[in-house]
Amino acid sequence: MDTPTLRSPQHRVSRTAVWYWTARAALGWLVLLAAQVVWLVADGDGDKWPATTHVTVLVVTAVAAVAHVTVMPQWRYRVHRWEATSAAVFTQSGWFKQEWRIAPVSRIQTVDSERGPLEQIFRLANVTVTTASAAGPIKVSGLDRDTAQRLVAELTATAQATAGDAT
Amino acid sequence: MIDVIETTLAWRRLSPRMLVIHPFQEVVRAAPALLGLLVAGTSSGGQGQWWSIGGVGLMVVLGMLRWFTTTYRITPEHVQVRRGLLTRKVVTVPRDRVRTVDVTSHVLHRVLGLARVEVGTGTSERRREGRLKLDALTAAEAARLRVELLHRSPAAPVTPSEGAPVAEGAPVAAPVAPPAGSTPAAETELARMRPAWVRFGPFTMSGLVTVGVIAGFASRLVSEGNVDLGRVGPVQETWRWFSAMSLLLEIATVVLVLAVFVSVASTLGYVLAFGNFRLTRHTEGTLHVTRGLLTTRATTIEERRLRGVEVSEPLLLRAVRGARLSAVTTGLRTAQGSQRGGSMLLPPAPRADAVSVARLVLPRAAGTPSAAPATPASPATSASVASSAVEASPVTADLTAHGPAALRRRFTRAYGVHALVLAVLLALWWWAGLPSWTWLTAAALLPLTALLAADRYRSLGHALTSGYLVTRWGSLSRRRVALECDGVIGWNIERSFFQRRARLATLTATTAAGKQGYQVPDVDLAEALRLAAAGTPGLLDPFLVKAQHVS
Repeated sequence: MDTPTLRSPQHRVSRTAVWYWTARAALGWLVLLAAQVVWLVADGDGDKWPATTHVTVLVVTAVAAVAHVTVMPQWRYRVHRWEATSAAVFTQSGWFKQEWRIAPVSRIQTVDSERGPLEQIFRLANVTVTTASAAGPIKVSGLDRDTAQRLVAELTATAQATAGDAT
Repeated sequence: MIDVIETTLAWRRLSPRMLVIHPFQEVVRAAPALLGLLVAGTSSGGQGQWWSIGGVGLMVVLGMLRWFTTTYRITPEHVQVRRGLLTRKVVTVPRDRVRTVDVTSHVLHRVLGLARVEVGTGTSERRREGRLKLDALTAAEAARLRVELLHRSPAAPVTPSEGAPVAEGAPVAAPVAPPAGSTPAAETELARMRPAWVRFGPFTMSGLVTVGVIAGFASRLVSEGNVDLGRVGPVQETWRWFSAMSLLLEIATVVLVLAVFVSVASTLGYVLAFGNFRLTRHTEGTLHVTRGLLTTRATTIEERRLRGVEVSEPLLLRAVRGARLSAVTTGLRTAQGSQRGGSMLLPPAPRADAVSVARLVLPRAAGTPSAAPATPASPATSASVASSAVEASPVTADLTAHGPAALRRRFTRAYGVHALVLAVLLALWWWAGLPSWTWLTAAALLPLTALLAADRYRSLGHALTSGYLVTRWGSLSRRRVALECDGVIGWNIERSFFQRRARLATLTATTAAGKQGYQVPDVDLAEALRLAAAGTPGLLDPFLVKAQHVS
């Protein structure tokens, strides 16, 4: 007996998403590094923490940051995929921890599209599909704007066609 | 005077007797402070006490204002509550969205014949806005409201019987005041409290909370009253006696005293919370739970909103073959602890009773043949499938184990966490001068970790039987959830890096009921997909392919 397995959803997200994820991760790390620099300056020549501690922590953070910022976006781009049929929405996301999410279109409650400030810069948008369950919102991030709009329109149209309580 | 349920469009107030309750409640809440003031007397001088009294007075006034600003009405389509002093707010709930009604009477409420009504709707339970609370109506009104909201009699025009039997102080059980209009609900009793169940009381550990509350109360009393414990005679005596003992004896004494105290408090708590427990089914399609000796609580659950049940066995309770049962339903908060949450169907009771009640409660799988017999391999399994019509109740069916990979993962995870703790303790001991007994104790507990991991694996299991997805997990708190497949909305399949290497996955069935999502942890990926495909026929089919390469 052959064991069936799940294929990947059809569509990749926009290539620009790589840069968006890179920028987002880099910003997070910059905040952390800045905090450490502030700590270093505030500590000054205080004898509470020796300079070697400061330098070690800084170097460790910097190495982790570089590794994360170079590896994560590429890996993520290879994983992130989405697909919407007339019956179901199917996504694959994550990188180190990956996840498939499937929800039937008939159970869709809301379809939102959102553009954060950083996403605006890269001209990207994300689409969130919620169901009656608080555990299962399906999010497709890193779509280019046109695709996002098309997806939203498509999903709302099909969701309206199948009316019901959806709980 | 028009009857409350009559679909008048006039706004109505809560019971004026609440004006008596509010001052009481506030004073009780402020009791530690007030007692402290009494003890302290005027010796300390200062203005602290006036601030305290002023604060209590303000709370009382605010509480009473709440009565004046809160009004409600029931229209043919909606239940509306209007409240707020500075910002007026109207909460409107469509009546066909009412899923559950919860009627609670605290001691004070009961003395005055009042009851608090809480209406649960299908909105996401994380946010509280959807909930509608009426604190409080007279017991008779509350009972009538409950019946009216859940047993939707099709617009029964009623001549209100003025002076309906007002059951002063009586527990608000269903038959107290049958609604004037609808026929008295025919009810069948599914379960009732038995005195022998009290033996499970000490094993619920609910007394821990009581101990915490008493400790908090005492500490506040001490701090506000400026009592110096060291100068109180008996305390001094006890302390001298206590400190004369050896360390080992000291620990033993503390543990023993705590154990006795917690068991007594737990048993008391059990009796108070679950005394008079009754679970009944009404012909209108509702389940009805009443319980409580001092504080009575009546919860009504619409059966067509019931999506499954959860049998939970905390370790202690499991040791004495006890279990509790709660409902997985839309519109109710999930149970937290032993007493909170209205989804409780059976208090800690013998496991066999929990199972038999679960069988009674679960809606019969409507003719769906036991979905897709999993492994049509051996004749033994096919025989058990044949007899499934009688046997394979979701609460008793045998569960499929998750295999050696899941077992290995339990051990690596348990020991991973343990090693981390040990490493941190060692580091602290080496560099920060932590006493050495901390890491020695941690090291000595290694065998316990192995037991825990083994038990966690033993608990893991899943099944798909007579239209229900069944999953079981956990050791310290083992839970077995039977979730109706019709209630499953979608699936999340999560795989971490390590899970991918072990070809395992954590399958989550998302649902609008209960905890919103129920996990089948660390199940073989192919088995997870089979479960999901069988649980929601057709949903996964377009995305499944024959495995031709290892992903």
